[in-house]
Amino acid sequence: MKTALSIADNVRNGSSTAVAELEQTLDTIAARNDELNVFLHVDHDGARVMAEAVDAAIARGESVGPLAGVPIAIKDNLCQRGIPTTCSSKILEGWRPPYNATVIDRLVAAGAVPVGKTNLDEFAMGSSTENSAYGPTRNPLDPSRVPGGSSGGSAAAVAAAMTSISLGSDTGGSIRQPAALCGIVGVKPTYGLVSRYGMIAFSSSLDQIGPFSSTVADSALLLEVIAGHDPLDSTSLPESSPSLLAHVDDGVAGKRIGLVKELYEGSSPAVVAAVMGAAEALREAGATIVELSIPELRLGLSAYYLIAPAEASSNLARYDGVRFGRRVDGEDVTAMMEATRTAGFGAEVKRRIMLGTYALSAGYYDAYYGQALKVRTLTINAFARAYQEVDIILGATTPDVAFAFGEKAADPMAMYLNDVFTIPTNLAGDPALSLPFGRGDHNLPIGVQLLGPGRSEAQLFAAARTLEIADGRA
Amino acid sequence: MTTPLQRADVARVARLARLTLSDDELDLFTEQLGNVLEHANDMSALDLDGVVPTAHPFGLINVFRPDVVTPSLDREELLREAPDADSGRFAVPRILGEAP
Repeated sequence: MKTALSIADNVRNGSSTAVAELEQTLDTIAARNDELNVFLHVDHDGARVMAEAVDAAIARGESVGPLAGVPIAIKDNLCQRGIPTTCSSKILEGWRPPYNATVIDRLVAAGAVPVGKTNLDEFAMGSSTENSAYGPTRNPLDPSRVPGGSSGGSAAAVAAAMTSISLGSDTGGSIRQPAALCGIVGVKPTYGLVSRYGMIAFSSSLDQIGPFSSTVADSALLLEVIAGHDPLDSTSLPESSPSLLAHVDDGVAGKRIGLVKELYEGSSPAVVAAVMGAAEALREAGATIVELSIPELRLGLSAYYLIAPAEASSNLARYDGVRFGRRVDGEDVTAMMEATRTAGFGAEVKRRIMLGTYALSAGYYDAYYGQALKVRTLTINAFARAYQEVDIILGATTPDVAFAFGEKAADPMAMYLNDVFTIPTNLAGDPALSLPFGRGDHNLPIGVQLLGPGRSEAQLFAAARTLEIADGRA
Repeated sequence: MTTPLQRADVARVARLARLTLSDDELDLFTEQLGNVLEHANDMSALDLDGVVPTAHPFGLINVFRPDVVTPSLDREELLREAPDADSGRFAVPRILGEAP
């Protein structure tokens, strides 16, 4: 397995080139994409131009960035100028963004080579990629199973070794859950740490862009590259990018780690055993394990499935056939908009738009949306109390290993319950990551989750690195 | 506590959201959305009087920048991606009816 760190080292020291690394990535994609449906678009020509530019800069003796020549996969809800960007929806079919997301600019400035756009659940609404209008992505570890979602394509790209790193977005677990199901590392950063300029909005008070990788160190490096204030995103935190890679080997000696029962109870026996094993590994590395109960976290799912649809119903009002994407004609402007939206959106997107519209409508606002916002306050306060006692929280990422296609697709509530452990972090705006630890049924990977207070990414990476070594994946 | 979701509620919401639903979709969505709202009843049972609602995790406040003109996106490039454009503007079907 190649890491981003090793690729960049080899490109910089001349033992490889950006073009050679790109060609290998393109070959791997060509070999497996028909089977796995990971990429919706591969930018062969554009990526070659970027890779050649990196090699030319090195030949001129110029300094190149920390991701020099590293191919990277991009979730298809992030805009890249001139590259088809669909959000896995028919309503944006054929649309080419006229600008780059800030994360794209930062990747290119760091020498990375974006190779293409990966599949997702339509508008990032889902936990399996089965909601993509362009067909589901298959889990590279077992193609009869889902890769998770919504960032299933970006997780599968790394799990299939097409790229060493990729970008996803996490609104209620859409990075951490597919990372768990695909056996890789996935990070949901602190709200505001990474600019969302150029990310197609789903739920603006929850959405956050973050990294996928095989190793903890690669995610730390990638997050360092994309983080930091951006004047183009008014929700972006004011500070510059934190130092993360330098802290991955800091360890957990003296740290207090909360084992929170609401974040693993009800999981499969193998998942519970993995969480207990992770706790033991952290204890052996010098941390103190504190068993905690945070009952408020049980309310997170209900609050999320009102707040996120409410925000989505507002954000997705822009798809009206006027300024971009698809239009279906109608006899007047209202008929045109209704025909466009009816033809352009899939069933899950329609469900969430309607749920959100209902929760915000006259007579129901206080009972649903208003109540959910108050529960959000309870969640934030409960986490804040816990973080007075512990530095880090440990739990499971998902209740079980990767599930089969169709297993949950017919029952939205069953699908939503897959996010029960990841959602509370988004409500609080805090960071969390998932990393593989142990294996469960069918020898499939299990993800354990590490959570911390806002801006605590460095200590989360250090704890994750400790578990990575304990799990024998050093 | 709230009353169960009715078919007529779903039809009304679909109109508000500019979506056309078939009869089958109306039935299915009434059941599915009803299940989600029923799950949410664990919240409506709570007494949350006095709890301040949170709309944003870090209490976002207005962000200002100096009032300096900076380049915007290119108009032609933007309009090229629109379903219909005319004379440098987005074009839509007729909004107003014929004069009486």
